[in-house]
Formats: sequence, structure tokens, C-alpha cells
Amino acid sequence: MNAPNASGWRPSMGGSAEAKFATSSGDYALMLEEALSLELGAPDKCGVDIDEPGRAPAAGLGKFLRKSAPALPGLTEPETVRHYTRLSRQNYAIDLGPFPLGSCTMKHNPRLNEKMARLPGFADVHPMQPQTTVQGALEVIEQLADWLITLTGMTSVAMSPKAGAHGELCGLLCIRAALDARGETRDVVLVPESAHGTNPATAAFAGFKVESIPATPAGRVDVAALKAKLGPNVAGVMITNPNTCGLFEPDMREIADAVHAAGGYVYCDGANFNAIVGKVRPGDLGVDAMHINLHKTFSTPHGGGGPGAGPVVLSEALAPFAPLPFVTRGTDGSIHLVEEENMGEGHAQAFGRMVAFHGQMGMFTRALTYILSHGADGLRTVAEDAVLNANYVLRSCEDLLPAPFADSGPCMHEALFSDAGLADGFSTLDIAKGLIDEGFHPMTVYFPLVVKGAMLVEPTETESKAGLDRFIASLRSLAERAKAGDESLHSAPHFAPRRRLDETLAARKPVLVWKGEPGVPGTPSLSEIGGS
Amino acid sequence: MRYLPLTPADRASMLETIGAASVDDLFVDVPAEARLAGPIEGLPAHASEMAVERHMSALAAKNLSAGSAPFFLGAGAYRHHVPASVDHLIQRGEFLTAYTPYQPEIAQGTLQVLFEFQTQVARLFGTDIANASMYDGSTACWEAILMAARVTRKGRAVLSGGLHPHYGEVVRTMAKFTKDDIVSLAPELTADPDDAAVIAAIDDKTSCVVVQYPDVMGRIPDLAAISEAAHATGALVIAVVTEPVALGLIEAPGALGADIVVGEGQSLGVGLQFGGPYLGLFGCREKFVRQMPGRLCGQTVDAEGKRGFVLTLSTREQHIRREKATSNICTNSGLCALAFSIHLTLLGGEGLARLAAVNHARAQQTFERLGQVPGVSILNNAYFNEATVILPRDAREVVRELADRQVLGGVSLGRLFPVADGLHNGLLVAATETTTDEDIEAFATALEAVLAGASA
Repeated sequence: MNAPNASGWRPSMGGSAEAKFATSSGDYALMLEEALSLELGAPDKCGVDIDEPGRAPAAGLGKFLRKSAPALPGLTEPETVRHYTRLSRQNYAIDLGPFPLGSCTMKHNPRLNEKMARLPGFADVHPMQPQTTVQGALEVIEQLADWLITLTGMTSVAMSPKAGAHGELCGLLCIRAALDARGETRDVVLVPESAHGTNPATAAFAGFKVESIPATPAGRVDVAALKAKLGPNVAGVMITNPNTCGLFEPDMREIADAVHAAGGYVYCDGANFNAIVGKVRPGDLGVDAMHINLHKTFSTPHGGGGPGAGPVVLSEALAPFAPLPFVTRGTDGSIHLVEEENMGEGHAQAFGRMVAFHGQMGMFTRALTYILSHGADGLRTVAEDAVLNANYVLRSCEDLLPAPFADSGPCMHEALFSDAGLADGFSTLDIAKGLIDEGFHPMTVYFPLVVKGAMLVEPTETESKAGLDRFIASLRSLAERAKAGDESLHSAPHFAPRRRLDETLAARKPVLVWKGEPGVPGTPSLSEIGGS
Repeated sequence: MRYLPLTPADRASMLETIGAASVDDLFVDVPAEARLAGPIEGLPAHASEMAVERHMSALAAKNLSAGSAPFFLGAGAYRHHVPASVDHLIQRGEFLTAYTPYQPEIAQGTLQVLFEFQTQVARLFGTDIANASMYDGSTACWEAILMAARVTRKGRAVLSGGLHPHYGEVVRTMAKFTKDDIVSLAPELTADPDDAAVIAAIDDKTSCVVVQYPDVMGRIPDLAAISEAAHATGALVIAVVTEPVALGLIEAPGALGADIVVGEGQSLGVGLQFGGPYLGLFGCREKFVRQMPGRLCGQTVDAEGKRGFVLTLSTREQHIRREKATSNICTNSGLCALAFSIHLTLLGGEGLARLAAVNHARAQQTFERLGQVPGVSILNNAYFNEATVILPRDAREVVRELADRQVLGGVSLGRLFPVADGLHNGLLVAATETTTDEDIEAFATALEAVLAGASA
């Protein structure tokens, strides 16, 4: 069952990775524990040499001065570098191996992108500098905007949203503004039940009521049910395409036509645009607004949870309502920002402002670098290889793990399995935690909600076939163990920096900050943090 | 293509496994009329690393970077020296290329950093707790107003005229759709902030007052007095900190009675980056924890009793609560939070205090020198590292003329508050530890020349 590992070791050779004894330090060779910076540091330690101020604070500041320095422990540079380097080794990352989180799109992050974003002309520029001094930065925004508009076949793009969910909000506020301009008060947004949780949350945040649309047995939007809900109260629909089951919605155009005929707008959640970039233009399918997660399709790093960037492409119907600021090119060839100061010049319908300054410039630079590297031809191959890799996983595992929609045809960029058919008491969680021991990051689990024990595997185009074969071998081995009732899976992971963590304890008695004295070592005892 | 590992032989063998004749067969669900036959026309093809670098470098070279000119801009984004180790550490692939820590057993690095970050933010702000970060200061400010409405069950927010106008615009934009009642006080060119007007605007329907500290013109409001008045009617005080380095020198808002403290963390570790990505900071009283937006990291133990960290209280969040969530936010600003946390760890409490003192000293030097320029006066009775300079004419023109002389001389109030009359002669000027004596002299000399009407 075990494949030989890359070192040549085989189980028959004996020995065991589990053979451990307690070391005096608590560390095990390259498995290193690390205390909190707050325990390691001291308030009078500093890793930065700072000049003496050379003068006393101004008299006017007297009554505002704090009485003592903040209780923040510091570390010197060598201690700081060691602390964070040791911590980094407790993380899994795309740089270490496949990270097949469905719908999250963990692809390789090209390092050229990082290098370009750090050019002083981009990294060391203030957002409120006179616009004559930032023409290159504005040109980056303009060029990226042009690519996004062309790749999606839309009319314009709002660049400022800070992340995908923020882009969703931007799109829905454009719809609200367009309805207001028409003098209509439609208050319902239709959302398929398979949608990501941000869709209903965003619709509610934008002041809409959410009504759910069921899925067909083939994992698509039930078009008849959707049409039955259309009416004068419906502001629009939010549809993810490709959808969260990893399937293209073939009836998108028919849905869009019906929604438009009923006076509504079509919001497309573009989280999965990476599957179709260069192959299909959403504008050709009748979409009015779609956010693009630059950190998914265009490889800006996820950074352990952000920052993202969520530009929203807009149809002609919604373009006039895009929020401030945006860039335009004047007749003299110079680029300028449309802000509150000059919005009157033809942009009076802008619905307002979503962020301070102009959006995620550092992400724009990275995304543009990625796009220029791939070009129109390379981006098309990105989508094709992503879809090829996902179908390869789907067809290599469907005999062992049920794939609920596999009979209806190929998947797009992600393969969906369910945990039906595992031994009694075994579920998706056991497979996911088992993958950790196998040296992989688990897939997305228990999402979408429409499939029991969902496992959503998105390999992306940056996995090699050899890498996929290793992943598939591990996934198959885990499915076999779970079918055979291998109890050791229940306590997996066994080899990670931590065993399963007590999430109930964390939520029941939240400890969100360290309350010890600065620089005083001492892990709180279990009773202090609510353990038994 | 250097980023795509599949070879033609791999593709052929994989298609065979799948049972498809070609890759196009995998796109069979896309209606034929919507499928593009080849690469989109009119767009360039792929390019080498060298070619892309050349293109991007040419664009970068068209910008006047802050480090290559006397530079005095602030207004919510500040230029500080970021130690080299910060940028090195955030580029470690284990941090840079990890996802949100949904599998805590293999994400303790990110999670422990977030726990340390939450602790640092709470101690800096003087609040009980803090979250794992938000998009930026302006969106954190709006989320705080929503949270205050949930806590107080009232829906009238009073915004000080000293609030950054972009923050105010974000709030007013969102409130148009949520129907929250927003009272925006007018900004005025006075030597002290509008504490009295804020206090006078509080009534028994008020959910919160939003006060920037120091305010957008660099003045410092009396948070203790405002808190006392707000708490008397059951309103909450939201303090907004756009320059966290200030808190090395002036009292923490939480210690002065602020119930929620939000801010922009860009000053520490993150850099200017033409406005983003930045870092929303959010701290509050512990009793509000279940009304708080954004991700939270909490301490727990693993099955062997070892201390560990997990994302917690996610029953507030959109992936569980869907349309009933406290916020629709899914992403935070993790990598910027890491940079902030590393920079603050390098500084420590006393280092931050010294850095703040140097910033203030540089600002004193700057304003003493600018005050000697004929026709120029300084508005503020008190300031940290930024204050408002009153010029004899519209500061927007002066800023452009200074730029013609390669001096980046501040942010005009006219650009920030285009519709507010009476502010247009105001110029916001900030100094930090990066400001040199030569910068100050070059600025003052250029300003003298511009105001004297000399041609560049």
C-alpha cells in the first residue's frame, strides 16, 4: 500500500517515524517548538537603532502624553529572525507541496511578481502624491483594467474593492444604484443553495432579502425554479460560474436573458474565473457584474489569509454607477484619477466610495506582471491545464470515492467527491486529517453544502503530473483505509506540529490575547486557559 | 511557459486516463457559441521574465518615489523606515504562500503570529481584545459603526469633522444602503479639534461617536471628555487611529475611555504602496466579542495537551451564518498583519516610544522652519507628526508647483475636502524619522520660492 518515499525508504526496511522519546528541550531535530514573542521579548529590548529625539515634546502635547511606554516586548534582529523563521516552519504552504483547496485556488506565486511590486516606483509612492508624479502607477491600474475588461468581454471595471467579498458588495451596490436611478425598489436577490457563504452575507449587507434557488440532480442551477421566482421584486441573481460543484452552468445565457426580461441584473461570482480565463468571456453570457479575485486567477499570494483584491467588471448597464476613484485618460494623453473633487465631469452617478485611497495597488502590480508573463495564449493554457488536472484527479479516484456529478460529464477546475460508502463512523474529516500525515494540505471539506461530506479538490495548473500522481496515490490509500475502518485515521494527524486541536474549548472560553507580563516566560497552565 | 509544468506527453497521457480526445472536450458544457476559438485577439502573447521586468521597470520609473525627493505627505498613509528583516521574513514561502489557517495542525505558524498580533494591537490601543485584522482603516471604521449599532441597538452615528474624509465617504456610501443615520460634522480650520461640537451632537438615539486621534488635521481630541459625555447617554466611542506610531507618545485611546478602537496599520511594516494593500486594526472591550466583525484567533490545546491556536468564534462569520453573519468579510489582511507584527516586535514598547519621540521632534523642526516662511502659519495648538499649515493661497496649486520643483510637499485640504469652503488654503504636512534636515530646508526654500511667485 505504501509507495516508496523519495528517499528510497520502504516499510519493509523497518524503523518508524513514530519512534520517539522525550528530548530534554522538547524539540525534535528539525521539529522546533517556539514560545510567544511576548514571552521571549522584553520591553527594553529593541531590534532597531533609533536616534535620540534631541528635544523635549512640544508644550502643547503635554496633557496628551502617555505615562509609560506601551507594554510591548521587543527583540533584537537575530532573535526576531529566529522567532519568525521557527514559526514559519509550522506552516504548510504551496511552496512545500500541493494545496488542493477547492474554490480557494492555491497556485504557484511567481517570484517575479514579488520583485516587481517592490520596485521603489511602486512600493514607495504615496497615494495622494500629485498625479503628475505617479503616471506610471496610474498606468499600471489602466493596463490591468484593460486586460480585465478584454478578458471578460465587459464594458468597465471598478478597481478599488479590497477582496472578493468586497467586490461582491461593490457589484450589488452598483445594482442598487442602478435600480434607484430607475426609481425602483426591488429588494430580493436570488442565490443558489450551493453558493459560497459570502454571497448571501453580502446580499444581506447590501440591504437585500435573500431567496434560495435549488440545484438540479446534475449539480446545476434549477432554471425552471429560478424563472418561477422572477418578478417585480427581484433585483437580480448571484450565480457562481463555474459553480461551487466545479461545474459550468451551461444555461447561463438563458438565465441572464430571463433575468433581464424581468428587469433584474445578473451578478456572477468570479471566484472560479481561473477555470475559463481565455476560453469564455462572461460578458458573452449576459453577466452585468463579476468580481475577479486577483489572488486566485492571477496568482497574487494568499499570505496566510489576505490581502486579496477584488476588482469588479461591469456591463454597460452598470458601468455609470461604479464607485470612486477610477482612472481615465485625458485628451492630452495623461492619466488622471476621478475622485470626489472632479466626479462631476461625467461621473455624477458613481455610487460613492468603498475604500480610502485607490485599492490594492501592490496586488495590481503583481497581477499585471502575471498577466504579461502568460499573455493571451498562456492564460488560455492556464485554464486548460487547470481543468485537465482536475479531471485527471476525478477520473483517477472516482472508483474509490463517489463523485456525485461525474456521470454528467467533465468537471471544470475542481473535482468533487463525497464520503458516502466509507466504513461506519468514518467521514471526510478522517480523510482530510489523514492527508496531513501524508504530507499534503487537505482539500476543501464539507463545502459545497449540497453534497454530503463534500471533498472539493482543486489541483490548479501549476501541479506537475508526477505531483498529482503522488497526491492521487495518497488519496486512494486513505479512501481504502477509511473503507476498511482503520481506527488510526480518527486520531490523525499523527506527525504534524500539533494533533487535533480543541476548537470547542477555544470557543467556549475565548483566550484572544496573551495576558502575561511582558517578557516573562511561562505558558499559562491548562486550568488558566480552561483545559481539564 | 515557465509556470506550467505539464508536458505535451503528460497532457496526452492524462487525456487518455480521462477518456477524452482533446482538452476542448473538457469544456463541452460551455455553449459552443460562447467558446473562444483561440487566444483573444489584440492582446500580446506570453513574455520572458526579462521582458516583463523591462516593461514594469519602465512604468515604475515614471513615478517620483518618496525616497527620491523631499517628502512630507501623510493624511492617513505615512512613510516610515521598515527594517530589512521585515520584508525578508514576510517573503518566506511558508508565510507568503499559505492560505487562511483552516487546518490548524499545519498552520500554527500563521495562527501564533495572529495571536501575537492581536495581543500587540490590544496593548497598543489599550483595549481588552483585538481581531486578526481587516481590509484597511476605512473599512474597519465602517464595521465599527455597524458593530456599535448592534451593541447599543441604536442607529445614529456622529462623525467628527476631524475624521479622514475618505473614511467619512466610505461610511456615508455604505449607510446610504443600510439606512443608518449618519451625522457628519463639518471640518473647520480651527487650532483645536471639534470636541465641543461632537459632544453637543450626542443625543439619546446616538449609537456612537467617531473621533479620529490624532485627527485628519493633526489635532488631538480630548477623548476622555468625549467618552464621559457619550457614556452618559449610552453611546459608544469609536476612536480612529490612522498613525499608530503616535501611540508611542500619546495615551492609548482605550485608556481614555474609547469602547472600540480602529485604525490603519500601514505605518508599521507595510509601506506606502500607492494606497494598498493596507491593514485594518480593530480592538474593543471584551464584552463585545460576539458582536465583533472579522476573524479571531484563540488559544487552546491539542489532543496531547500542547498549547496551540485556532480560528475561533466563527459562528459570527459568513461561512456559517450566511445572511445572518456580523459581516460579509471573508479575507483579512494576513500578510500585512505579519509585517506589522514583526516591525512592532523589533521595536518593542520602548523602541516605539523612542521612534514616536523622534517623529515628533522632526515635526517640530519642520513646523518651526515652515513658520518662518513669509505668509505661512501653523494651525495646530498640538500635533504629533503631522499638522496643518495655512498658506496665503489655494494649497492645491502650491502642491503642484512644489512637485514641479521635485518636492513632495504635503496633501492639500482642497483635494481631501473638495466641497468644503474655507479649507482650501490648508496644507497637511507630515514628518517622520525618515525626514532629514536637508529635506526640511529644501521644502522651506521651495515653498518660499513658490509663494514668492518665482518660476521653477
